[in-house]
Amino acid sequence: MFDDFLFRAFVAGIGLAIITGPLGCFIVWRRLSYFGDTLAHSALLGVLIAYALSFNIILSVFVISGIISLSLLYLQKKTYLPNDALLGLLAHSVLAIGLVLLGLLTFIRIDLMGLLFGDILSVNFQDILIIWIGGAFVLLLLIKLWRPLFAGTVNSDLAKAEGLNPELANSIFTILIAAVIAISIKIVGILLITGLLILPASASRNLSSTPIQMVIIASIVGLISVVLGLFSSITWNTATGPTILSVALGIFVLTLFPWKKLLISKKEIRLINK
Amino acid sequence: MENSLIELKNCGVIRNNKWLVRGISLKVNQGQIVTLIGPNGSGKSTTAKMALGILKPDEGSNTIKSNIKISYVPQKISIDWSLPLRVIDFMNLIEKFTTSEIEEALSLTGIKNLIFSDVRNLSGGEFQRLLMARAIAKNPDFLVLDEPVQGVDYPGEIALYKTIQEIVKNINCGILLISHNLHVVMSQTDHVICLNGHVCCSGAPKSIVKEPEYIKLFGKNIDPTLAFYQHEHDHQHLPDGSVDQSN
Repeated sequence: MFDDFLFRAFVAGIGLAIITGPLGCFIVWRRLSYFGDTLAHSALLGVLIAYALSFNIILSVFVISGIISLSLLYLQKKTYLPNDALLGLLAHSVLAIGLVLLGLLTFIRIDLMGLLFGDILSVNFQDILIIWIGGAFVLLLLIKLWRPLFAGTVNSDLAKAEGLNPELANSIFTILIAAVIAISIKIVGILLITGLLILPASASRNLSSTPIQMVIIASIVGLISVVLGLFSSITWNTATGPTILSVALGIFVLTLFPWKKLLISKKEIRLINK
Repeated sequence: MENSLIELKNCGVIRNNKWLVRGISLKVNQGQIVTLIGPNGSGKSTTAKMALGILKPDEGSNTIKSNIKISYVPQKISIDWSLPLRVIDFMNLIEKFTTSEIEEALSLTGIKNLIFSDVRNLSGGEFQRLLMARAIAKNPDFLVLDEPVQGVDYPGEIALYKTIQEIVKNINCGILLISHNLHVVMSQTDHVICLNGHVCCSGAPKSIVKEPEYIKLFGKNIDPTLAFYQHEHDHQHLPDGSVDQSN
């Protein structure tokens, strides 16, 4: 069964969608969209190091993104610069280092398109193992961290005053984002990872009225996007990552329609007719 | 004292070479209301944060009795629109309660009917009542209220202060209250500390109007009769504006 590349692609994609849902919600709530982008930019460096040392790509990207996340936390405390400046600083300097390295390491030939946009159809059994085991680990940690992380998202002082440790939760959460970005690089690529985190969560926001609802719906939207996106990309022979995101965008647009209002007004009309 | 819940000893916080507060000493005992008053930027919230242990003093020491349950009503909370959050979700933010516990706390502050409303649709006063309700529901040993009546209308303010008094009676907790409302300070509190970067003066509520340092800070024009004005309403308003028919 795992011999079929399509089957592997589905298993990998579904695993990913389940984790990006809850994580994406926290990214939206905490206004960390550009943080995801910064980590994604650093992924090029991670991939290059993996090739140079013939090391596992996912692990290497995770280590580099982890270092970048911790540097950000450090710079936030050490400098007076605003977050967006720090994120830009990190994103582009790491990207630059990656590109310089790419020029130096002439013996490496990498599939740049695959790196940028993902190549889910080349997912192998080892990748699936990493996605599901890594993903389960991320999800478990997120459930464990939920209370301090969520309370800290609402109000950090309040959480701290009442005995939680939102700062520790925040640091671990940052590492979790790095992990998920590393896991998802093969599937959606560097350029589109943030989209996979943010689009399902945003679509879900339009439909939900409680935090838990938003997390669950985000995972479902991600799941539908991955499944429909994969089918479409095979049918029309389009790049997989962009196709998955296009489906997610389609769902987001659908959620913009005032469904609730439409239903209510129909009811009202019926009442009036009676 | 053995039953002192928190104690600040000569505490100071320095930021960018400027002392935000310095030489702050205060104590809150069980069943006691301590009120901090002072003008804007006088370091009331900073002092409260030291008492809560959120902020480590750069000099002096803050001691918090171990294993006490702390509730905090912060001055301002802005909730991001991206976060769907109902009143009941907010109540369960730090500690999970049963629905009946939540309803009880919400009816104490008069917003039981809003239990399933979205938090961002609450008015300023309603949100303040929600913060209070959540703090009460925890049954704390030590409660810090940072301007708990801001944005609450006048009858609501009195009602909230009455609630605070009842809490102290019922659960016998210590309260650190931050206020700029002299009148309410006078009528409710055990010990007043007037703050402006340092402790200007402190004492029991009645003695404070006589302290010269205090008069220098706020001017001589505070009308003492206003401060002691007793409201004699023949009716009371419920939070939704209707007249309370129960008595």
